[in-house]
Parts: sequence; structure tokens; C-alpha cells
Amino acid sequence: MLCLLFFLVTAIHAELCQPDGENAFKVRLSIRTALGDNAYAWDTNEEYLFKAMVAFSMRKVPNRETTEISHVLVCNVTQRVSFWFVVTDPLKNHTLPAVEVQTAIRMNRNRINGAFFLNDQTLEFLKIPSTLAPPTDPSVPIWIIIFGVIFCIVIVAVMLLILSGIRQRRRMSKGPTEVDDSEDKCENTITIENGIPCDPLDTKGGHINDAFMTEDERLTPL
Amino acid sequence: MACAPGPDPRGAGGGHERPSWDNRLQYLLSCIGFAVGLGNIWRFPYLCQTYGGGAFLIPYLVALVLEGIPLFHIELAIGQHLRTGSVGVWKAVSPYLGGVGLGCLTVSFLVSMYYNTVLTWVLWYFLNSFQNPLPWGSCPLDLNRTGFEAECQASSPVSYFWYRRTLNITADISDSGSIQWRLLACLAASWAVVYLCVIRGIESMGKAIYFTALFPYLVLTIFLIRGLSLPGAVKGLTYLFTPDVRILQSPRVWLDAATQIFFSLSLAFGGHIAFASYNPHRNNCEKDAVIISLVNSLTSLYASIAMFSVLGFKAANDHGRCLDRNILRLINAFELPDQSVNRDDYAAVLSHLNATQPERVARLCLETCRLEDFLDKSASGTGLAFIIFTEAILHMPGAPGWAVLFFGMLFTLGLSSMFGNMESIITPLLDMGVTHRFIPKEVLTGLACLVCFLSAICFTLQSGNYWLEIFDNYAAPLNLMVFAFFEVVGVAYVYGVQRFSDDVESMTGRRPGLYWQVTWKVVSPLLLLTIFVAYVVTLARTPLSYKAWDTQYVRFPTRQEKSYPGWVQAACVLLCFLPVLWVPAVALAQLLAAHRRKKDTGRDRCPKL
Repeated sequence: MLCLLFFLVTAIHAELCQPDGENAFKVRLSIRTALGDNAYAWDTNEEYLFKAMVAFSMRKVPNRETTEISHVLVCNVTQRVSFWFVVTDPLKNHTLPAVEVQTAIRMNRNRINGAFFLNDQTLEFLKIPSTLAPPTDPSVPIWIIIFGVIFCIVIVAVMLLILSGIRQRRRMSKGPTEVDDSEDKCENTITIENGIPCDPLDTKGGHINDAFMTEDERLTPL
Repeated sequence: MACAPGPDPRGAGGGHERPSWDNRLQYLLSCIGFAVGLGNIWRFPYLCQTYGGGAFLIPYLVALVLEGIPLFHIELAIGQHLRTGSVGVWKAVSPYLGGVGLGCLTVSFLVSMYYNTVLTWVLWYFLNSFQNPLPWGSCPLDLNRTGFEAECQASSPVSYFWYRRTLNITADISDSGSIQWRLLACLAASWAVVYLCVIRGIESMGKAIYFTALFPYLVLTIFLIRGLSLPGAVKGLTYLFTPDVRILQSPRVWLDAATQIFFSLSLAFGGHIAFASYNPHRNNCEKDAVIISLVNSLTSLYASIAMFSVLGFKAANDHGRCLDRNILRLINAFELPDQSVNRDDYAAVLSHLNATQPERVARLCLETCRLEDFLDKSASGTGLAFIIFTEAILHMPGAPGWAVLFFGMLFTLGLSSMFGNMESIITPLLDMGVTHRFIPKEVLTGLACLVCFLSAICFTLQSGNYWLEIFDNYAAPLNLMVFAFFEVVGVAYVYGVQRFSDDVESMTGRRPGLYWQVTWKVVSPLLLLTIFVAYVVTLARTPLSYKAWDTQYVRFPTRQEKSYPGWVQAACVLLCFLPVLWVPAVALAQLLAAHRRKKDTGRDRCPKL
């Protein structure tokens, strides 16, 4: 009698957890992609941890605080590592609605991922969309900061150039009395006799006289 | 003898001495910087790839020798001899050709407007490169944070960042949208940078050019060294440079090579004339012309090697990821262990599965992954820089650093070309005596930059990119070819080759040889006429249409081909022909003036009899 009951229970269990069954979800893990050489093998102990995490998530849902590990059924485990799971009610005769399971998993996704050292891409719950992390926007966009720096430098440089140009022009318009070097003062002057300038050649110090330029100097070197 | 104060050589009064370059290196770098621009980076590699790889170099070099160098020599020699900007030069060659100079000024103004807008986009990307991860690497989330934005999901994060976050483009050119304040701010910044560098003419520009002309070469070298060490780079280089000599039979290749050389050297803008006018009279302009043209072409080649190595890496990367996606689909469908199939085994596993369970494999919709398909994906212009290359950078380790280097290089390349454009506007204005002696040069350059900035605001509208393509395709090419033709014919026939050769001999000490005489008199004018006619014929045959980024389009993200509305077509025609109208207008005005003068002298003579 007891054996019959046991067989009945396992048969019902088998019916409850089926690929594409009612309220069943497929899970796919990519452990080797996530961990590389540190990948662990997927065995029944890992399955037990998974059931525990799902039961833990369901316990956070109101009215489902009494969910036990044995209420979570796992079936069709493949080499890929992928399997199907369902959560049954305490009486173990029907599965809990998919919406409740979905909400529970979504709220605790990070804890489940963390237990297996995986993330949303390597531990996939098909048909349960994950909430994507919000982008970390700084309060001031970075481009504005750099733009401000460059613009300020340019404006300051333009101001400096304009001011130095104004100063230069004011110095020139005030006449050579403002010129600092007294030696240049006389070199820049032109001797005037009877009101006519005598020296037609440019007498600026160090200037090359065209008339005496040699053949070699006609072509400017690179 | 009274020791009286004489006139100051830098003269606030009249007798203002023409500024000159500090040394010859500044002059050479300025010309090289003007010639080497964005086109060397994103036009030449595309042409190389489309026209049979290494084989394209043959028509390119032929065009350089027959057309590029002779025209360039004319511009440098005539500017150096007459020591004035483009307007004064052509008026001096012949009063009837004065319109050529004014036309060059107009075209330079139009080009400055939209060229700096491209620099604005480059600056925007540069500013956004200082963060990790790069903003064009991932899509933004949609409203309920369960997925990505639809537009981004359908196209790609890189395209989304370009079309939506940068341009915020509308679906149609008639829908102008609003001014994008981000682009407006970057436009103001880039015009401020241009103003800072050209504020005192060549005095300030000569200092800035050391950095802006040399920095791109440094970055290209860094990219070359890094690119060659990336996986897939060498395969990309060999595929893209393998010459296909049969392509030389098509006349289209020769036409494009001649056109590319013409625009690559920035001829007929008046910028080189302006630069050369600040030279001392005795300077070997012949050597300069050859050096600068060769440096320009070698830079194009160098840049394409660097670009192709990175693009080869990108193609190999895309191919690998295509294989990975297929492998994942296979593993998920057939429940094979994770990571059990790597890229080398893929073909064998697929054929085995295809033999045993073909229907299941067919239902999977696997992509075809061929490396050649990815290598063939080519683009030129903004598409290459802002979409393809930015995506390639995403996969290089240390991506933000590479992005900063790349966009910094593009900005300095464009900036040195902008110097030439601005000088071709400012120098003729200065020489025409537009500025009264109490208006300092800084104010004139500031006004020029301000006018260009205010006119360029129309490109910061949401439809700005469509308008920029119009300006790029119609404002410059035809007009420049016409002006270049008049330049060559004006110097060779109106001014006279003999007289011109005498001038060149007085400057360089050597009379131009047979090569120069033949190219100036016969070859270059004929070539220019041919490419002008061919260009007009090609333009007339292609319907006036543009590619719009329309999210509602059925085949989005492919861009939808739309034709221009009537008023836009009228604008295209205006842009094509308005600058050229200066030439007949000025010639007509001169004719009328000469006619009136003859009538007046005839009337004066009579009473004396």
C-alpha cells in the first residue's frame, strides 16, 4: 500500500514537471563561459542549491512563506546544462501560477546569480525578463566638464592675444620715445638734411644688403 | 643733421610691411597641413578598396604627375611672385579674370562653413571619448528597463549614437527640427579654436601649425604600430591591397583618380596662393610644389595602411562574433555542453548536424559568416569615421585612449585645413584694403570667423547632415574645377608661358623645363576639361536624391532613398553655379568699363584737333 502511494506520488511529480509543462520554466546555465577554468561541475548538490534558492525566493512572496525545498521540482537536466523546474503547493498536487514564480525570481535575481557566481547572461531563465541595471550617469556629464575646460582655455588665450595686440599698437602709436633700447632709437632714425631724408637704404642693424648677395644665397635653404 | 625719428617698420600708418613666415618649415607645414585633410583619411582608403587595391596607385600617380603637381606649381609661383591673395593675383594676370579670385573667395567661404561643422562633430565625439565604457558601446534602456531602446536595438549602438545622440536627425530634409544646443556649443568652441589660431594671420598660425600638422603623423604611426599587432590586421591588409589590374580598363577609375588628386591637394581655393604670397621673393617654389604634393600622396598611402589594418581587425572580430552567435544557437538548440564547440570545429560540427538532422538545423536560421563579406564592407566619409571606425575602436583594449587619439587626430587634421580656408578668405580681404588702417587685423579675422559661425548654425539643425551633404556634393566640386581650368588657361595663354617662366626663373634661378611647359599648355587644361565634362555628365545622370534615416521605414536600418523637394533642388543648382557667375560678371563689367573709357578718350581727343 505504501509502495503504491509512493509510486503514485512520483508519477504525479513526473507529470507536474515536464518540458513546456504548465507553469514550468526552462533554465540555462553557461558555467564554462562565465568561469573558464574555475568552472564547477553541475551535479545533484548544485541542483539542491538551486532548489533551495528558488524556495528561498518563493518564501519572500506573501502567502507563500511555507514553501519548502521539496516543493521545487527539477527535471530534464541536459549536458548543456539546462533543465526545467516547477514550484508546487504544499499538497503537491498542482503547480503555483507562473506569475508568482516570475515575480519571486525577478526580485531575488541577484542573490540567485551570486550563489552560482553567474550573471543574468550566463544564468538564463527563459521567459523571465531580467531588470537591466540602470546606467550609472554622473550628475554632470563628462563631456560638459572637458568642454568647459577647453573653452575656458581658448577664451583666456584669445583675450591675452587681443590684449597684447592692443598694448603693442598703443606702444607703436605713442612713438619711438617709448622704445626701450636707446641704441635702436638712433639706428632707426633717418638723417634729414634740408628736410630731405639722406639715407635711402634700410639701415636697420644686421639687415642684408641685396646688392651684395652672392649666388649661393639666392636660394633659401630648406 | 638732425637725428629725427623715422617711420617705424611695422607702421601703424601707411607703408605697412607684409608679414612673412618665420622660417621655411612653417610655410611648408602650412601648405602640407592645408593639403592633407580629412579626405586623406576617409576618402583615399575607400577609393583604394573599391578600385582594385594597389592597382589604384597607378592612375593616382599618373594624375599626380600630369595634373596635380603642375597646377600646384602655378599656384605657388604666382602667389610668391605677385605677393598678394587670390583676388589680387587674378586681377593682375588679367582684369577680365578678376572674377576667378572672387569666385575662389566665395567657394572658400562656403567650404569653411560646412567643413568646420564636420570638425564640430569630431569635437563632440572627442569630448565623449573621456569615459569608460564609451557611450556608443551599448544601447540605452527603454522606459520599463526590460530591454533596450527600439531604435538602437534595430540598428546598432554606434549608429544610434551617431544618428540620434549626436545629430538627432529628422526623417526628411524638409523637416528642419530644432537647433541642437550640444552641437551649437561645440560649433562655438571649434570656431573659437580656429579664431585663436588665425587671429594674427600667419604670425599666430605659423606657431599653431607645428602642432596641428605634425600631431596627425604621430597618431597615424601609433595606430599603424598598434593596428599591425592586432589579430586579423595582416589578412585585412593583404586582401585590401592585393592589386586587381583588370580594374584599370574602366575609365571610371582614371576619372576618380584625377578628381581625387585635384581635391586632395586643395587646389583652386586660393589658400596656397595666400600662403605663398608671404614668402620671400627668392624661394624655390618648384621644389616646394613637388615636395608638398609628394608628402600629400605619401600621407594618403600611410593613412590607408593604418586604417586598413584596423579595419581588417574589425572584420576578423565581426567574423568571429558571427561564428560565436551561430555556435550559441547550435549549442542551445541541440543541448550540447557549454563551450564544447570552438570556432575551428564549427564547420565540422555543422556539417555533421546537417547530415543527421537537417530540418532542425534549417529552422535555426543560421547566418552565413564569410570573412570576405566583412572585409568588403566599406564606407567613406563620415560613415567611416563615426560608425565603422568607432565600432572597431570599441573592441581594442584600452578603447577610450584610442578614441581620444583618433578624434584628436581628425580634429587637428581638419584644423590645419581650416587654416588654409580662412587664409584664402582673409588674405584677399586684407589685400583689397577692406580694413581701414584703424581696424586691426584681429577684428577682421574675428568678423570673418563670426560670419562663418553664424552661417554655419543652420547645420546644427536636426536636418543639418542632409544639408551638409548637399554642400559637400554641389558647392565645391564643379566650381573648383572651373576655377582651376581658368587658372591654368589664364597663366598659360593670357599671362603667357614665356613671361611666367621668366618670373619663375627670377625666383628659383632655373627656367621651367619641357615637362612644365607641356603640362601647363596642353596636358593639364585638357585633363581638367575632361574631368569637368565627365563630372557634369555623371551628375546629370544621377537623380537628385539622398539617403534618409527614417525609423518608420519598412527596411530600417537601411537608409531610405528619397528625392529632394523642388526648393532644395533649386538650392543645389544655385550652389553649383553662383560662385562661377563671378567670372562672366567681372569680365562683362571690365568690358563695359573699357568700352566706356574708349568712348571717353575718343570724345576727349576731338576738341584738340
